[in-house]
Amino acid sequence: MYGKGLRPLSIATVVMWAITLSLVFFYAPIEADQGFLQKIFYLHVPLAIIALCGYVIGGIFAILHLRKDDPRWDAYSYVSIHISVIFTVGGLLTGAIWAKGSWGHWWVWNEPTLVSFLIVFLLYATYYPFRYAIEDRQRQARYASVFAITAGAFVPLNFLAVRASASLVHPRVFATAEGGLPTSMLVTFLCALVSMGLLWATLVKFELSAKSAQGQLKRLRRALDAPVGPPSSRIAPEVQ
Amino acid sequence: MSPDQEPAIRLVGLRRVYGDRAALAGIDLEVARGESLVVLGPNGAGKTTLLRILATLLRPTGGEVELLGCKLPGEAWKLRGKIGYLGHEPLLYRDLSGRENLRFHAKLHGIKGERAEARIEELLEAVKMSHRGDERTYEYSAGMRQRLAICRCVLHEPELLLLDEPDSNLDIPGREIAKTLIGRGGGHTRVVVTHDPDRHLPEADKVLTLGIDEGTVSA
Amino acid sequence: MTPSRTAFAAILAKDLRAELRTLQSLPAMALFAVSSYVIFRFGLNHSHLSGALASGVLWVTLLFAAVLGINRLFVAEREEGGFDAIRLAPIDRSVLFTAKVAALIIYLALLELIAVPIFALFFLNSAASLPPLIIVLVLADIGLAATGTLISSMAVNSRARDLLVPLVLLPLVIPLMIAATAATEPLMLLGGVSYHRFGTWLMVLGLYDLIFALLGYAVFDFLLED
Repeated sequence: MYGKGLRPLSIATVVMWAITLSLVFFYAPIEADQGFLQKIFYLHVPLAIIALCGYVIGGIFAILHLRKDDPRWDAYSYVSIHISVIFTVGGLLTGAIWAKGSWGHWWVWNEPTLVSFLIVFLLYATYYPFRYAIEDRQRQARYASVFAITAGAFVPLNFLAVRASASLVHPRVFATAEGGLPTSMLVTFLCALVSMGLLWATLVKFELSAKSAQGQLKRLRRALDAPVGPPSSRIAPEVQ
Repeated sequence: MSPDQEPAIRLVGLRRVYGDRAALAGIDLEVARGESLVVLGPNGAGKTTLLRILATLLRPTGGEVELLGCKLPGEAWKLRGKIGYLGHEPLLYRDLSGRENLRFHAKLHGIKGERAEARIEELLEAVKMSHRGDERTYEYSAGMRQRLAICRCVLHEPELLLLDEPDSNLDIPGREIAKTLIGRGGGHTRVVVTHDPDRHLPEADKVLTLGIDEGTVSA
Repeated sequence: MTPSRTAFAAILAKDLRAELRTLQSLPAMALFAVSSYVIFRFGLNHSHLSGALASGVLWVTLLFAAVLGINRLFVAEREEGGFDAIRLAPIDRSVLFTAKVAALIIYLALLELIAVPIFALFFLNSAASLPPLIIVLVLADIGLAATGTLISSMAVNSRARDLLVPLVLLPLVIPLMIAATAATEPLMLLGGVSYHRFGTWLMVLGLYDLIFALLGYAVFDFLLED
């Protein structure tokens, strides 16, 4: 059921990425200060933005799960958060590479955006042991939704607090001395953002299809009274 | 049907599923007001599950449940306060005294002040525990805890009694006391889960046997 | 339906009475805090702290002491059937949340009443920072209580419940800790009390309190279902 539309979505994603990468390497200018390494910006910032959007979406799915009491929303919430965590790790790694290239350090503590991001990662990383610790399936789903909603509310507060506490060292690429990104960079950035969003959606759909197939297989086996196979992950919700 | 003629309990195809396992696989029954239903069955047959669903502590996975004219789970909130539940746990705080426990439950049910005190004393008298009412419950024996749990169960004068092995831990005098407070003939509707059919079957209007022949009801 | 005021008072009174009799949480929290300060005193080899270091030592210790109390908050309900009793009663179940938050705030206040003067005695030159510190403590307590109650109510129903609270709670209270330490730091400078950005930090604390108190209240009903 989730597989429908997966192919066109994947193709759209691949196409967008092809366009984006061409733009990044052949169209966008090389920035004067930071040189070629600056181009990692086109990966790093979209990863960060899409990851954060993904967490918020996960929170929204969680609210829907609690209100409608339909386990499907829990699965959507889980997968959204799962993919967003992966993107967050990507964001942190690309951030570290960029930091090393530009400022000479792999990590800086007085950089609010990076630190906020790390804290968000730490919080969502606890999502898995938290789910695993609750044995009853239905309760696990409900508690996970509460977690996703709480964490979703936490994200903006976190950025606010950290931003207020530190000086601004992060390259404010959007507000340069000239008053904005040059058009070529802006276009490339927007393409990268769209591509990253499509990639996120594709991965979420893909994981949901995989889980759905697993679920159907399990039910068939059960109906045939055959052994159901190795116990599925105790964390991930079953998808119908 | 006027409220008096409405069945106290009406179950149609009640199901409760835990993960892969169906604890209750479709139960149909009706219990009229004032009647006593006795639930029998081997261990693990789902008797406690059934009772907890009736107590609104557990949600049914499927089927219809109507208690005292209210549909579960949507209208469960209307039922609390009309149900007296005596489960396996006495639901007593170990570090509070018997009286303090009863006062706490009374307040939760909106019974306060003098009315609460009078009712508590009346019940403690009935279970013969007035002289030990101020000791902390962790000092009570199992039988005393059960007696206090019975008090807690009927404190708010419920219409429907849900009793899970009410005689457990009670000595003979205790059982006699239980008979007066939660036995048949108090005007309330009762559902009794028991492993002691000899004791409870004579009082039953209907019998539900779970487990082997799921959901057979005999009158 | 029993009015929420009555239910709130009943649950809060029951908790305080039980704590007074058993003294399970409070002495442990206070002793932990005082011992930690002693260890810091020797570990840091400083007889006086100021500014950021003082603020950090104060708040980190209070946080870890709070976790001890938070861990125990719902244990009686879980083990003695309190959840069932409350779910059987004709009350609004979110009252359990507000009552537990109130109880936790009281425990935290008592903890601080003991620990903070001792901290001042060990590490500070003057007590001038203490009066303004009170408002920071109050706001931080509310936020810590709201988040702590929420996480504790979930952790109590899980495996490894003593580990789950520190694991999940700590990242969640980081913004709270940032605001609290940043507000406290200028109060404890060597040169004297300063109110640098005090108002800003109090607002951040207030915002945190509001969001998590409302959130906890709104979702608590779902947590008690079965």
